[in-house]
Amino acid sequence: MSLLEINNVTKNFGVLCALDEVSVSVEPNTFHGLIGPNGSGKSTLLSVIAGAHYADTGKVIFDENDITKMLPEMRARKGLSLKFQITAILPELSTYDNLLLSIQSNQSIWRLISSKSKRVLHNKIMDVLERFKLASRADTLAGELSHGLQQWLEIAMAVIREPKLLLLDEPTGGMSPEERRATGELLLPIKKKCTLIIVEHDLDFIKDICDNLTVLDQGKIVDTGTVEEIKLSKKVQEVYTTRV
Amino acid sequence: MKQFINSNILSKNIGNSKFRVIPVIEIVLLILLIVIPLFVNDFLTIIITRMLILCIFAISFDLCWGFAGILTFGQALFFGMAGYAVALFANKLGFVQLWGVIPIGIIVGFFVSFLIAWFLLLGKKAPELIFVALGTLTVGYAAERLVAGWYWVGGGNGMSIYDFLKVGQYEIEPGVLFYYISAVLLLIVYLVSRYIVRSQFGLVLAGIRQNENRLSYLGYKVQTYKAIVFCFAGAIAGLAGVLYAHHEGFIGPGSMGIVLSTYVVLYGLFGGAGTLLGPIIGVLAIESIKFTLSDIDAVKSYWPVLLGIILLVVVVYKPTGLLGFIVSQRERIGSFGSTKIDNTRILDKNNDNSEKK
Repeated sequence: MSLLEINNVTKNFGVLCALDEVSVSVEPNTFHGLIGPNGSGKSTLLSVIAGAHYADTGKVIFDENDITKMLPEMRARKGLSLKFQITAILPELSTYDNLLLSIQSNQSIWRLISSKSKRVLHNKIMDVLERFKLASRADTLAGELSHGLQQWLEIAMAVIREPKLLLLDEPTGGMSPEERRATGELLLPIKKKCTLIIVEHDLDFIKDICDNLTVLDQGKIVDTGTVEEIKLSKKVQEVYTTRV
Repeated sequence: MKQFINSNILSKNIGNSKFRVIPVIEIVLLILLIVIPLFVNDFLTIIITRMLILCIFAISFDLCWGFAGILTFGQALFFGMAGYAVALFANKLGFVQLWGVIPIGIIVGFFVSFLIAWFLLLGKKAPELIFVALGTLTVGYAAERLVAGWYWVGGGNGMSIYDFLKVGQYEIEPGVLFYYISAVLLLIVYLVSRYIVRSQFGLVLAGIRQNENRLSYLGYKVQTYKAIVFCFAGAIAGLAGVLYAHHEGFIGPGSMGIVLSTYVVLYGLFGGAGTLLGPIIGVLAIESIKFTLSDIDAVKSYWPVLLGIILLVVVVYKPTGLLGFIVSQRERIGSFGSTKIDNTRILDKNNDNSEKK
């Protein structure tokens, strides 16, 4: 049984067709990459899954629930977690508070007012801070972190919620090769716990960590399969040799 | 030496041990709050009591705008509604007991703000800033016009309250006792509000203020949090309205309209929104300037213009308000929930590292 089923999803922005009858199936505990040239519809597809945009037609089924018209907060509560393309940390909060804010969202309002859950969540936050090499910056304002660390913080914010499905939109954007390698190492251990959909331009990075790939071009699916299958796909080679 | 290094790392990592200005201001204001009536005459005591009531009102605005990002231009509606309610209780039923009128004001403020929140905030999606600003402005204006034309509540002349507040048979006239009642209520409102905005709930509000769209993707229903703060602030404004009506012995359409709603915005912006302490300083500063300027012959006739210029300069050139001159941005943001927990874990880690070395 697939964790996520996207069935014939179409999304138009005025006259521009961003997604044209797209269907993708994502298996549990796999890393699924979305690749394609600029403007191919990768980020739009991720937005439709996360709830930033709603599909004009088609269905999005997540964990056997139809989430096509569901609000983002409801999707998040069902176990979806998103890292935005443009870093969306909360710059005026400390690194620690960004993570606390991310992990405490399922607490009741009374528990939040009485601040009782922080004690319970604290060690988990510190573990994630250590794993993402942010422990020494726990009290630093998130806006004062370097770009690479801000990206890690946002990934950490998504990971700490222990989502069933993690959506990462260009997690290595603007990073140095060393930081990209480190990001890959940070992501691999979460494979046992959750499913990942990742949009990325760096093909070397994506083929190293993903099990399956879907290639999009001009809002349509060119091909989908394992990394090896996609490497050998003539249709994909055609797109990348003619458009990139 | 080890200990010195540890404490150094700790103070570098955790802002908690750094010197803070806000607690100092809090202590100074608390001392002043206690001793002022001992040093001023009855007239000034009454003037300062009015300021304390306006401080409670200003905190209600700060909770909305400074903490939850709700730009309300109708905060006086809750203030005035509660004032009218207790004026009606006093004049029509002869009920002026302190233990009764305070809950009445709080309930009226809460109930009216809940109705407004229901229409303006609790939609399927979080409303735009301008929608709430114009919505509250419109409701406030409509309510002001309504009571101004309603004879049963005194019309444009408003309602006088002829009986003083009572505890049993003991009358509480405006003066030292009324001052201390207002001071205690201000302190309670301040401490409860501070507890909330410094809790994990306050962290959610800080997130909403910075990027409410982001909070939706973390699973927060932003509208619910905003509505809770709006209703809590409405209840506080209602409390202030009750005290004001009984202190002044009068409530009129102006006490629920645009002018007072605008004043409370200015108190917040002038003192420094998002600090709780800023609006208190804003009230004390603006009301003191107003009081002083209106008493100087040379500027008597155009003091509102001078006051306007002063406000404009501060709001434009110092968006963080008067408090922003002495309080750092880091301290304004502060920390949330129990801060003791952070120290423990990081201190342990530092100790571990030192031992390894």
